Amino acid sequence: KNSCWQVILKEGTVEPKQIGWRKNKPDKIILPYLSPIRQLLCNLFPISHSQITRLYSRFTSLDKGENGTLSCGAVRSILNYFKFSLPARSVIREDFQRIPELAINPLGDRIINAFFPEGEDQVNFRGFMRTLAHFRPIEDNEKSKDQNGPEPLNSRSNKLHFAFRLYDLDKDDKISRDELLQVLRMMVGVNISDEQLGSIADRTIQEADQDGDSAISFAEFVKVLEKVDVEQKMSIRFLH
Amino acid sequence: MASFVMVGWYSSAFLEMWHPLCHWIACLERDGTAFTMLQGAGAPRLACESKSDGGSMFYSLGLLIHACCNLCLHLTGIIRREETSMEEEIAGQRQGGFNLADILYFSKKGFEAVADDEVTRRFSSEELVSWNLLSRTNVNFHYVSWQLTFVWIIGILIRYCLLLPLRVKCWLSNQVQMTCAALGVRSLSGAVHFHNRENRPQKGGICVANHTSPLDVLILASDGCYSLVGQAHGGLLGLIQKSCMKTTQHVLFERSEMKDRHLVRKKIREHIADKTKLPILIFPEGTCINNTSVMMFKKGSFEVGGTIHPVAIKYDPRFGDPFWDSMKHSAMTYGFKLVTSWAIVCNVWYLPPMVKEEEEDAVHFADRVKAVIAAQGGMSVLPWDGGLKRKKVKESFKEEQQKKYCQIVVENGTVGNGNVH
Repeated sequence: KNSCWQVILKEGTVEPKQIGWRKNKPDKIILPYLSPIRQLLCNLFPISHSQITRLYSRFTSLDKGENGTLSCGAVRSILNYFKFSLPARSVIREDFQRIPELAINPLGDRIINAFFPEGEDQVNFRGFMRTLAHFRPIEDNEKSKDQNGPEPLNSRSNKLHFAFRLYDLDKDDKISRDELLQVLRMMVGVNISDEQLGSIADRTIQEADQDGDSAISFAEFVKVLEKVDVEQKMSIRFLH
Repeated sequence: MASFVMVGWYSSAFLEMWHPLCHWIACLERDGTAFTMLQGAGAPRLACESKSDGGSMFYSLGLLIHACCNLCLHLTGIIRREETSMEEEIAGQRQGGFNLADILYFSKKGFEAVADDEVTRRFSSEELVSWNLLSRTNVNFHYVSWQLTFVWIIGILIRYCLLLPLRVKCWLSNQVQMTCAALGVRSLSGAVHFHNRENRPQKGGICVANHTSPLDVLILASDGCYSLVGQAHGGLLGLIQKSCMKTTQHVLFERSEMKDRHLVRKKIREHIADKTKLPILIFPEGTCINNTSVMMFKKGSFEVGGTIHPVAIKYDPRFGDPFWDSMKHSAMTYGFKLVTSWAIVCNVWYLPPMVKEEEEDAVHFADRVKAVIAAQGGMSVLPWDGGLKRKKVKESFKEEQQKKYCQIVVENGTVGNGNVH
């Protein structure tokens, strides 16, 4: 069942065709067809708990926007069964803010922004999975060494790039002093004065900067974090 | 005319048998020993002690049905969370101070929360390992195989065309006796198993329980008389409330009034001081939770003093989903959901009474009671407030996290720059 993740990691997208989904309509999501029940007596009524279906159900539970007849479970089931495609669901920023554990995270807003591509206000399931794919453990890639294709989303370098983008708001490939100050202020709240914060920022940039431009480029960022176990600190273990 | 009588008789007989059948299947898992079939259709029962003598044929048949009805293992979360604290993760190998890598900790925690969080999970129906054939619990219904579809369609036919009309008919014919809550439970084929009845709440005490649905009230009321503290509902439910609660012993509030804690406490205190009044039934969570965990108990009812009688209520999810998502379903939709499920099967445990100790404060006492209830019902304990269903989390929690981080970054009053060695 890791094949679904392989597709996402390599191509950065969840294409219906490649996972064996029923209809090839890129804009509409049909849930995948699954193999029939095997052990009828032991497990009489199983539902598939593949990670994708569980994450899809998590995604739809975040989406509170849809009310009305289509949200009735029986109607949806019947439509889905007869292969009518349902309009793709999407999630807006407020839906993420409704998660309490995310709302109390000091970097909550930045994390939410990471889901939304440039200038967009809603994210569909594909984008959701793409962003989450960054947090797959690196060891997945050991099994499929594909030198020709693009680097998978969860490689060490791509993870670091993702973290870099959390600092770098204006996407100019540099972390300036202001950007660093912004993130620091988010993390410490009101408990540290401006001067102290400024001196922390200055010292950090001073130690990391090698080409003297008073900003941290991606290469310098990687150098600072070379001893950090990115694999452990930036991976989420998905069950099953 | 005669045919109507016959139909009426057969349908009541059928319902009479359905209820003990569900109870029997539920009993099978509970004690695992053989027991007898409940006697006859003539004596309706709500609560029943299972006996340990019994026909072996029934037992093995029952086991087969039970195996087919699947062992309901509860799903763990989608991800495995490592419970490390901020201090361990960030400050682990170095003295303190800020490091560019600190962002990794917060981002990982944030994405874990997006993939699966403890709180919002409790405000929707429980995910089951094996499906109980109700489409409402199969969030992701998709085609699995034609056999399953066939069984599902049969299930629909049974529930909508057989159980629903029978139950409506019984409900109508019993309407004159609606004041008795026990009939309400029975008409839903409720198989309720009461444990430790010697600990039932006495007069002048306060009974607290975890809250999953308005059915909790019916179930508890069928085994004892309580006065209720709760929200006054509008609409159809409000009419039912008014007609059922004719005595002056009940205390009803508007949700906005509940914010006036002094008023609430005063009323409750007056009530329990009068020893002839019935025990008060309170649900300190304040809202319906989906029966997999127990959320924060509001301290109001624990401050008034008096004896607290905890009660744990745990529904069996294989037979029906009693959780009421009041934002998604109105009362009518919820009622419809209930009468079209297989049955309502639950366990009620009466726990020994507890009293607040001298030096204990109300919050600590509330947590103690909560832990006891959760342990008995096999549910997890969450410190989060059930009110998060409707409102946002308070800013002060975020500030707490920020303060914690500051303490790591600032050490001994000086601000350092930490580097990984």
